[in-house]
Amino acid sequence: MLAHERIAAAIRKGAIGGEPALVAFLTAGYPQRAKFREHLAAVAEAADVVEIGVPFTDPMADGMTIQRSSQEALRQGVTLQWILDELTAMTRVRAPLLLMSYLNPLLSYGYARLAAASAAAGVCGYIVPDLPLDESAALRAALDPLGIALVQMVTPVTPAERLARLCAASQGFVYAVTMTGTTGHSAATPSGVLDYLARVHAAATVPVCAGFGIRSREQVERLRGAVDGVVVGSALVEVLERGDSPQAWLGSLRHVRTDALGVNRPLG
Amino acid sequence: MSDDKPDAATRERLLAQALAGAFPDAHGRYGPFGGRYVPETLVPAHERLEQGVARWLGDVEFQREYQQELKSWVGRPTALSHAPRLSQRWGADIWLKREDLAHTGAHKINNALGQALLARRLGAKRIVAETGAGQHGVASAAACARLGLPCTVYMGAVDMERQAPNVGRMRLLGATVVSVSSGDQTLRAAIDEAMRDWVADPEGTYYLLGSAVGAHPYPYLVRELQSIIGREARAQIQAQAGGLPDLVIACVGGGSNAIGLFHPFVADRNVAILGIEAGGRGAGLGDNAAPLSFGRPGVLHGSYSMLMQDADGQIQETHSVSAGLDYPGVGPEHALLQACGRVSYEVAGDAEALAAVRECCECEGILPAIESAHALAGARRWAQAQPGKRMLIGLSGRGDKDMLTLTQMLLAKPPAGVL
Repeated sequence: MLAHERIAAAIRKGAIGGEPALVAFLTAGYPQRAKFREHLAAVAEAADVVEIGVPFTDPMADGMTIQRSSQEALRQGVTLQWILDELTAMTRVRAPLLLMSYLNPLLSYGYARLAAASAAAGVCGYIVPDLPLDESAALRAALDPLGIALVQMVTPVTPAERLARLCAASQGFVYAVTMTGTTGHSAATPSGVLDYLARVHAAATVPVCAGFGIRSREQVERLRGAVDGVVVGSALVEVLERGDSPQAWLGSLRHVRTDALGVNRPLG
Repeated sequence: MSDDKPDAATRERLLAQALAGAFPDAHGRYGPFGGRYVPETLVPAHERLEQGVARWLGDVEFQREYQQELKSWVGRPTALSHAPRLSQRWGADIWLKREDLAHTGAHKINNALGQALLARRLGAKRIVAETGAGQHGVASAAACARLGLPCTVYMGAVDMERQAPNVGRMRLLGATVVSVSSGDQTLRAAIDEAMRDWVADPEGTYYLLGSAVGAHPYPYLVRELQSIIGREARAQIQAQAGGLPDLVIACVGGGSNAIGLFHPFVADRNVAILGIEAGGRGAGLGDNAAPLSFGRPGVLHGSYSMLMQDADGQIQETHSVSAGLDYPGVGPEHALLQACGRVSYEVAGDAEALAAVRECCECEGILPAIESAHALAGARRWAQAQPGKRMLIGLSGRGDKDMLTLTQMLLAKPPAGVL
């Protein structure tokens, strides 16, 4: 199975029963660099897919939480090279891994070198928030031969024709941003969002995951049936920041499913 | 994309294209530089802006309104002043393009007014802007007040302190000034924060970017609005001095005043063009704000250009005594003009710039902005190397906003004995 197919398969598997699969984000090396492997393993145990944030000095699409975590990770010396080295050295986790990075660290690393090192480290895909499809040919040309996904984002303000192109080009899943704005703000899930997600679903051949502002079980519940997965980022970073258990918190997002099955075992 | 310098054949091709006015191309590229690296949420907004620029910038009625406001409200054309005493001291024929005489005290108003008029045509409900030295913030606040548009200006906390008078001016002009305490707390962090504001409401908000940086079409739009500086100066120096200059020189931060002055001279092959970056304290990483001189290519704030960054592609903090030049990136057209060899770029340090402020004050009765004084310092050096030449210097703004810094750095010490 190609790397990008592993991502799609993990989301589809996680979404069996109608409950959205969990795509969990953590900033690499935050809150403690020394605990990266431990945190990653814990998150990967409870999530279907894991996004690892490569810290960048100017995360312009991110809100306060990820700005703070990026800055602290950089202060502790976390680099793209360090992340790739850690992933290569550690025991492989079950969940497929993606790296989420702004473009400049990737550009600086060199695309050919990046693709090879990513494959060696078991990285299945990339999400690059400041690289629109129109500028992505060079990076895709490097990742494609190794089957590594470049996930495309779509937003509520994306016009229909563009939405179709982005969905067709996206690999692994389509990242449907549920609101305009930066990451981490609390988002409601009004009916307009469900209409939008239905449009994305109709255009996509890979799974659709909703992200930006998802913090609670209630929000996940409202997205049930509308998406294949949900991305939780800032809220999970805050859980790690507080020193709480990521498995327990991620489990609480799935609480509804255990309810529905009648085997309600409150987690955390 | 490569860090390597273009080979001779590529350089020749880029130069021929630059001379022919071929940039930006349909993809917003200036050779390898430029482009549009923005979050997906902002792609439609940039496409709408690109269409708006194509629709309105050449429109007769839009231009009539813009030119009328430039004349009666901004005070254009600004003067081209001969500088007899600097000419004598430097052994050159010195001419100053006086953007310090434009309304609000710098060239920034040309762009702010033009974009605010465009924003109104595009139906924007509010304007956001970033500012470093505060000059673009003041210009945006003034233009928005003139047009009745609500205006929010993001400004780094460090800059708010060193440019305090401009914060008060923006507030008097009705703008909301938001202090940015994230990141480096200067211009770069202010742009990050203005972008985050725009991402939250890409359809109702217009982002009034203040320099020739950012994603396409901003570098093009800002160049077009600022080129009035060079067009006026080119006509004025021919009328007043009897010919074109041997050298055109301007300071370069993001590079809007420089591209505005340079652009109309690019096709004049006999005119040398020189941009002066902020050399700060020296050549070390973090000691200056001179990406063309000390940086390498990368992507920041939407375009591929020269950038101050470390080996991991993390953006570096910069230093300059001048807030308006204290930025790790530069407009992509400058990167192209450097790569093809049409424009040379050098640095002037903090101390040289401050000495040039004093010299310009004492010799010509003009208090230049510390930003503009970098161009004066570079010009002085060039005049010593090539005596007897006619030089056109872009005096991009006035130095009243710098009085706090100048009081600490210049007035606390005895005169440097320049006279």
